[in-house]
Amino acid sequence: MSPPRSLKIAIAALGGQGGGVLADWIVALGEANGYIAQSTSVPGVAQRTGATIYYVELFPAEAARAAGRDPVLALMPSRGDVDVVLASELMEAGRAMLRGLVTPDRTALIASSHRIHTIAEKSAMGDGVASAGEVIAAARARARTLVLFDMQEAGDRAGSAISAVLFGALAGARVLPFTKDAFEAVIVAGGLAVAANRAGFAAGFSGAEGGVAPEPAPARSKPPAPGALAERIAREFDAPLQPLLLEGARRLADYQDRAYAGAYLDQIASLARAGAGAEVLEAAARHLALWMSIEDTIRVADLKIRDSRFARVRAEVRAEAGQIVAVSEYMHPRWREVCETMPAWLGRALLGSRLAGRAFGPLFRKGRRIHTTRLGGFLTLWITASLRPIRRWTLRHELERARIADWLSRIADACPRDPDLALAITQAQRLIKGYSDTYERGLANFERILAEIDARPDITGARVRRLIAAALADDQGAALKALLRSEPLPAAVPA
Amino acid sequence: MAERSFKQEVAKLRLGAGETFHGEGILAVTKALLQSGVSYIGGYQGAPISHLIDVFSDANDLLRELGVYFEASANEATACAMLAASVNYPLRGAVAWKSVVGTNVASDALSNIASGGVTGGALIIIGEDYGEGSSIMQERTHAFAMKSQVWLLDPRPNLTSIVDMVEHGFRLSEASNTPVMLELRIRACHVHGAFTAKDNVAPRFTQRDALENPVRDVNRIVLPPSNFLHEVEKARDRWPRAVAYVREAKLNERFGPEEGALGVIVQGGLFNTLVRALERRGLSDAFAQSTIPIYCLNVAYPLVPEEVVAFCAGKQRVLILEEGQPDFIEQALNTILRRADLQTRLIGKEAFPQAGEYTGEAVLRALDSFLAEAAPPAVAAPDPLPDPLAATVPQRPPGFCTGCPERPIFTAMKLAQREIGDFHVSCDIGCHLFSILPPFNIGNTTMGYGLGQAGGAAFNVPAKRRSLAVMGDGGFWHNGLTSGVGNAVFNGNDNVLLIVDNNYSAATGGQDLLSSRGANADRNTGHTILSALRGVGVRWIRQIENTYDLTRMKRAIVEAMTVPSRGPKVILAQSECMLNKQRRVRPQFARDVKAGKRVVRQRFGVDPDTCTGDHSCIRLSGCPSLGIKPNPDPLRTDPIAHVDNSCVGCGLCGEVSHAAVLCPSFYRADIVFNPSRWDRIRARVRNVVIGALQAAHARALERRAI
Repeated sequence: MSPPRSLKIAIAALGGQGGGVLADWIVALGEANGYIAQSTSVPGVAQRTGATIYYVELFPAEAARAAGRDPVLALMPSRGDVDVVLASELMEAGRAMLRGLVTPDRTALIASSHRIHTIAEKSAMGDGVASAGEVIAAARARARTLVLFDMQEAGDRAGSAISAVLFGALAGARVLPFTKDAFEAVIVAGGLAVAANRAGFAAGFSGAEGGVAPEPAPARSKPPAPGALAERIAREFDAPLQPLLLEGARRLADYQDRAYAGAYLDQIASLARAGAGAEVLEAAARHLALWMSIEDTIRVADLKIRDSRFARVRAEVRAEAGQIVAVSEYMHPRWREVCETMPAWLGRALLGSRLAGRAFGPLFRKGRRIHTTRLGGFLTLWITASLRPIRRWTLRHELERARIADWLSRIADACPRDPDLALAITQAQRLIKGYSDTYERGLANFERILAEIDARPDITGARVRRLIAAALADDQGAALKALLRSEPLPAAVPA
Repeated sequence: MAERSFKQEVAKLRLGAGETFHGEGILAVTKALLQSGVSYIGGYQGAPISHLIDVFSDANDLLRELGVYFEASANEATACAMLAASVNYPLRGAVAWKSVVGTNVASDALSNIASGGVTGGALIIIGEDYGEGSSIMQERTHAFAMKSQVWLLDPRPNLTSIVDMVEHGFRLSEASNTPVMLELRIRACHVHGAFTAKDNVAPRFTQRDALENPVRDVNRIVLPPSNFLHEVEKARDRWPRAVAYVREAKLNERFGPEEGALGVIVQGGLFNTLVRALERRGLSDAFAQSTIPIYCLNVAYPLVPEEVVAFCAGKQRVLILEEGQPDFIEQALNTILRRADLQTRLIGKEAFPQAGEYTGEAVLRALDSFLAEAAPPAVAAPDPLPDPLAATVPQRPPGFCTGCPERPIFTAMKLAQREIGDFHVSCDIGCHLFSILPPFNIGNTTMGYGLGQAGGAAFNVPAKRRSLAVMGDGGFWHNGLTSGVGNAVFNGNDNVLLIVDNNYSAATGGQDLLSSRGANADRNTGHTILSALRGVGVRWIRQIENTYDLTRMKRAIVEAMTVPSRGPKVILAQSECMLNKQRRVRPQFARDVKAGKRVVRQRFGVDPDTCTGDHSCIRLSGCPSLGIKPNPDPLRTDPIAHVDNSCVGCGLCGEVSHAAVLCPSFYRADIVFNPSRWDRIRARVRNVVIGALQAAHARALERRAI
């Protein structure tokens, strides 16, 4: 018979997620069922949203009685020496694996697959999200038993904290020598939020019994719609391109009208005629649709007043049916945006006029709160949205149309010469997004990159993509500047 | 009221002889103090000892019943000086703080109490903030014990040993007229376990007895000639008596067989890690019945040379587990071996990582190399499989809580820097130090608690730009009022101080302070920082009573940085710690909803169709409730900002999008519970009109859809 040893359980959590409650439950579970329990934690600054670990050891009390001695239990989990790892978030499961706490010979990994993004992931200017797939694959490879599903969502549905779901999943995984009733008795004995915790426990238990829940495939594109534009897409373009074009056309019709969506298809068709390959066309279908539907004041107002948007807000803030929810928007239209919403000649004149700027500018220096659920606020936005029919004559539209035309002609030019460069130019459009300062910064970076392309006939697509990445690396433009400087223009070669 | 309440748990402090106590390390320490007949207790919070102070506070009723005096000290120096009560009188006293930082603060008093010595037992409970989870510089309290010649206990980390060592600590202190430190590592403070309780003992001698029968001994005061006498006493008298007590009471323990070619000497605090390593190698069972002799130093200082010699004699090699730098014990052991002319080879730091915590893995590795009689590889062996996850799993540094009132202060600072250029920022200790981390990346140095302003003292020279110092209310009362503000007034410092006044010592767990505003039955609060500032002569003060007002906050910073007036400029930024506020407000809200009162919950949200995924808002906030989620737009790939339901509606998101001219995606939702009649009538009218216009709009959309 092997000598008695303790069961070792590590809980990887974020400060404020209730990891301590879970540890206390496991201790109570052990102590009520014939085990000596020891738990430890490292509170401190990690309590404030950082990553932290709780550790529990359970030792059979009977063995200690037989030996007439107290067991010596460790205060921290060790690489290769853990029986159960509970992780309240996917990357924390990854961190536990990185610490070597999950080994195929013995460890049951019970983890929530949801993400709480770290500040580095959140604050990236583009997409900085770490790869969940790699962590999930590692979990499958390294855990002896794996329970992995979205426990945050399960907890939300049950109205409980994630700690209760994890406790239920621990019971459901059947890796500890305690019955389901023994687990539930601990929650009841705790006496706090018993109903909610039991609901969460039940969700966790059944989740664990179900094993690894398949990752739901994001259902993104809607079914094809009948109609003239849809038929044209089906007729004129290659099959792989069709879903994107349909999406783009749908958005532009929503944005302006069907004729506008038709103009979009015309542009893509003309790129195809210019010799653009499938990759370029796909990128162009995406980026042209985005640029043509740039969020001007009319568009923002149009989106804000929709009944579908009201319903979405109510759902998001979890309002009950019939509950009164007042919604207000934080907007900051500057004098520039006001002018750009006017007919081009008028907007240009006003923007150019120092007198007008001095007279009206101060009126638009402060942010405004628009109360969309009040009549005044709603009408303000409704009237703005109603300017849609005259959008084609606004200054903003004129400015963007010119930029788009320039961009498209550059793509068309590059296509026969260097398809990869054409693709990179197309992709550079992703820099153009946001509002006011953000938009201007992105546009300036975009134009800086175009200027670089003009200055270097031999530039490659790879280099342009590096420039795009640099432009997205920080919001001071430091990385882009450094990269541009790293390869100074060659001195003019004497003829 | 502190962040964590121990009101339930303190009931366990009443357990009597023979009953089994189940609970946390800090509670066990408190119980041990009561079992030892302690007369007075003091201390200053800070992890890992914060909860001990909270336990004392929550146990105040019981303490009073027993005639034990407890005070929440102004700082560690105050706490240590409190031990002066044990100099002339047979009063047992205990104080507690976070070390090494707290011991630094307490040093002046520590040297004095160590020099003159004590009559009653004086115990200093040290929360050694070293290794994983630590927030401070990695130094050892051991050095203080050596230079002041006070004794350092490092008990095995189980409740029985810890409790025993508290009781022995008082006796050792009295036997050697020397204060004693009891060192608890981070995990030991929070270890949950069990021990068999004894009855509480009311102090036999009380402060009242002392006050009514004062005793004076000039030889106990540090002034020539007695200071020279103290030095002699320490070396000739107190030290030998301490060693004798440690030996006779068998405070250090032996495990395993008596004899053997190999042996291990271990600091008590590392004992469990050692036993686990031995167990994993089949050299011990779970009960520390080891096949290799172990000598466990529950007293880390002073060593008992006779015991060391007896243990090492006849052994070829002995491994010493001593965590941290420098290797004081290893050096001392080598000296003892040399003096005894023993040829036993001592293996210490050469087998372990030079710096850092002795984790289970580090000890296992060292043990393997010790057993193999081989030098460990010069560089830690690389993992057999370089872990591809290392590149994937992102770091998760701590940050400001959801809705924290300190966040807008640093948002404002970031925006002010955009306006007037970057400036030098001298930071302090407290939650506000998170400013140095992403997304704010603000701050140049931190020199210690309450020393933010002092850390910028040298920058008092004419320049085009001023420096800004940050200080919390905790640091302000700890010492910043004199070492920072008073100093700046006195020396005519022309720079800026920003005081973060959130009503609590928030970073250490929300303990009350002089300037706290909530009711506290045991303490005298409500003394404003503003009047203290005026009292020491600050003329230029801007008080901002709502830190979430970003525009005002930024304006105040820009004004302070650019105003021509001379002398220190102080911005007093005041909003309640959100963690503590929510603890108060949330249950009240639930009660109000239940009682049918009209209440409104505010929270923020982001419209996914106008958010373009630039995340400027996050770079100016970093709020945990402001996250990202996949873009629902099939044409876009960058994730969009998203506010989750943990939002407390602090308002910063909206303020940021206004002040930084960000984007129109943020909305605020006011969710009305138990609406009034007027609410309902108004809502009905609005719904009818808005509903009709929306229906028309939806029809127009339908008409142009493809």
